[in-house]
Amino acid sequence: MNTQEIETDVLVIGGGTAGPMAAVKAKEKNPKLRVLLLEKANVKRSGAISMGMDGLNNAVIPGHATPEQYTKEITVANDGIVNQAAVYAYATNSYKTIQELNNWGVKFEKDETGDYAVRKVHHMGTYVLPMPEGHNMKKVLYRQLRRVRVDVTNRIVVTRILLNEHGVAAGAMGFDCRSGDFIVIRAKSVIMACGAAGRLGLPASGYLMGTYENPTNAGDGYAMAFHAGADLANLECFQINPLIKDYNGPACAYVTGPFGGFTANNKGERFIECDYWSGQMMQEFYNELLGGNGPVFLKLDHLAEETISEIETILHTNERPSRGRFHEGRNTNYREKMIEMHISEIGFCSGHSASGVWVNERAETTIPGLYAAGDMASVPHNYMLGAFTYGWFAGENAAEYIGSTYQDVPIDRGQIEAERERIFAPTKVEDGIPPAQIEYKLRRFVNDYLQPPKVTRKMELALERFAEIKEDMKRMSADSPHELMRAMEVHVIYDCAMMAAKASLFRKESRWGLYHNRVDYPKRDDANWFVHCHLKKDDNGDMVSFKKPVEPYIVPLDEDEKDAYQRMRIVKQTPGKHEEKSVEQAAVTTD
Amino acid sequence: MPIAIHRTSVPVSVDESKCIAEKGCTVCVDVCPLDVLAIDMIKKKAFMKFDECWYCMPCEKDCPTGAVTVEIPYLLS
Repeated sequence: MNTQEIETDVLVIGGGTAGPMAAVKAKEKNPKLRVLLLEKANVKRSGAISMGMDGLNNAVIPGHATPEQYTKEITVANDGIVNQAAVYAYATNSYKTIQELNNWGVKFEKDETGDYAVRKVHHMGTYVLPMPEGHNMKKVLYRQLRRVRVDVTNRIVVTRILLNEHGVAAGAMGFDCRSGDFIVIRAKSVIMACGAAGRLGLPASGYLMGTYENPTNAGDGYAMAFHAGADLANLECFQINPLIKDYNGPACAYVTGPFGGFTANNKGERFIECDYWSGQMMQEFYNELLGGNGPVFLKLDHLAEETISEIETILHTNERPSRGRFHEGRNTNYREKMIEMHISEIGFCSGHSASGVWVNERAETTIPGLYAAGDMASVPHNYMLGAFTYGWFAGENAAEYIGSTYQDVPIDRGQIEAERERIFAPTKVEDGIPPAQIEYKLRRFVNDYLQPPKVTRKMELALERFAEIKEDMKRMSADSPHELMRAMEVHVIYDCAMMAAKASLFRKESRWGLYHNRVDYPKRDDANWFVHCHLKKDDNGDMVSFKKPVEPYIVPLDEDEKDAYQRMRIVKQTPGKHEEKSVEQAAVTTD
Repeated sequence: MPIAIHRTSVPVSVDESKCIAEKGCTVCVDVCPLDVLAIDMIKKKAFMKFDECWYCMPCEKDCPTGAVTVEIPYLLS
């Protein structure tokens, strides 16, 4: 095995969405800097948007929405636990990002007057902007990387952040999953854009990679941030999404909403007021799924042919184009019948919920010189446009940091030797356990013990099982650089599983609907838990959780807005009697 | 622990009459997010080496000769 030592100024880890934006903006900020982008796959087709994206979920466009309104919406959707400064920073720069993407050649839907055709999907405001030609997204980004001359190296699995003797980010370590070379990068600032923890839960199909998220995103950024000593925030606010059953891709009922489509129960009736994703919506989805009115369906069969064709074009040619092929094989046609939906396995993802590596409104983590953006960074409900916007912040700030705060401090070479030893250990084990088997067992336990509704005793058992698997991992073997990548991902998934269990045990209340539905503490408890819960590595290397106060609001909430997302369920009234349970009851009476 | 290999059907198929890997083309191998495709060095044709597919389709969309087809993996089709 060879070792490659590389020097750069700004190191960007991850070339999906936030990463390319960060690299381009760092280079534009200071063209003299060397900017190196490392990608586990290939930047041409990597990350959550490898095939494109069908629309913007959170466009804050003047004339349609205001940053204040959006900040309120996300505050309410996230049950009040947000750093509003971070959400507001996104909201005020959202339109600038759209304009930049527009300049770069991304096509957004516009109306006959040339104005952006934004649609209302959220409970309160109007932020959804379709991108009928969103399949070009990665090409557009690649062109920009070439234009500003970012150095790109593909097929590098980054495993640890390198720290200098002052505990400041000084590069990263990893390996090439084709050649098996050990890679050490010395950098002056480091940006992590490694995506969601998409391989935490196990899809029912039995395919390890048949996940909701791009399975390349195993949670690498979460594990690296933890081992570097950074704070992670609100990890117990899991990602769980509605999807097309078995296909395991986003159902996107909210994309069909403006066209008249909706999520229905087995009677073909609407049961939630708003298809925008939130924990509260997912709780109602779950209640319906397991109650007598399940399963849950995507209902489009009442719509006109032209409308359905348009929906098909949007949903089958952008984000997950194999969807049309799946429906064809199942003989499920939107025109003829409702399409069965289900819920995804659990994961971490701030892009959809709020579980991420903590960052402030400058995309800074708690480690100096270390930045994070995109699905792995803690800005809630940030989606693709938030990844671009925070990638922009991270790139500019990481470049600026080099000119101002950066100091050349020696590094302890011991961490490099230790990491070399750790990475290549599975290549030295003979007749060991294949990584795929350990991964399957680990993720099955994640499903068995961590999937909400969360039960204390089950989560305690999870910690015992995970500890046993940690021992098994010493007997894991890899027979090629490719399998070594899978072996190192097992370590990442183990770290994320432990963090998911510990973070969930720490917050002793229920919040965010299904995302943190704790059976032993069924009520929301604002008196004790209206706080962020952070998790980090202590001096002994153990995981510790602690409370952090919610930052003062920039945009105050009106009394009647506070519980807007608590009124998800459609309450039907017949004379003299309520047919449906009240929302409060529905949220706690789950089995 | 002793190891056994078990047979499995995989979702990516390559029409070898159309595949131009022998001319140096590696597009499908390059674009796969999971790095599961490879070139058979004897036949000089692309094939799916690992059963780790996300059925995302860059290999099919980006193939310059239309040689690659992604089917929905059997267990979830």
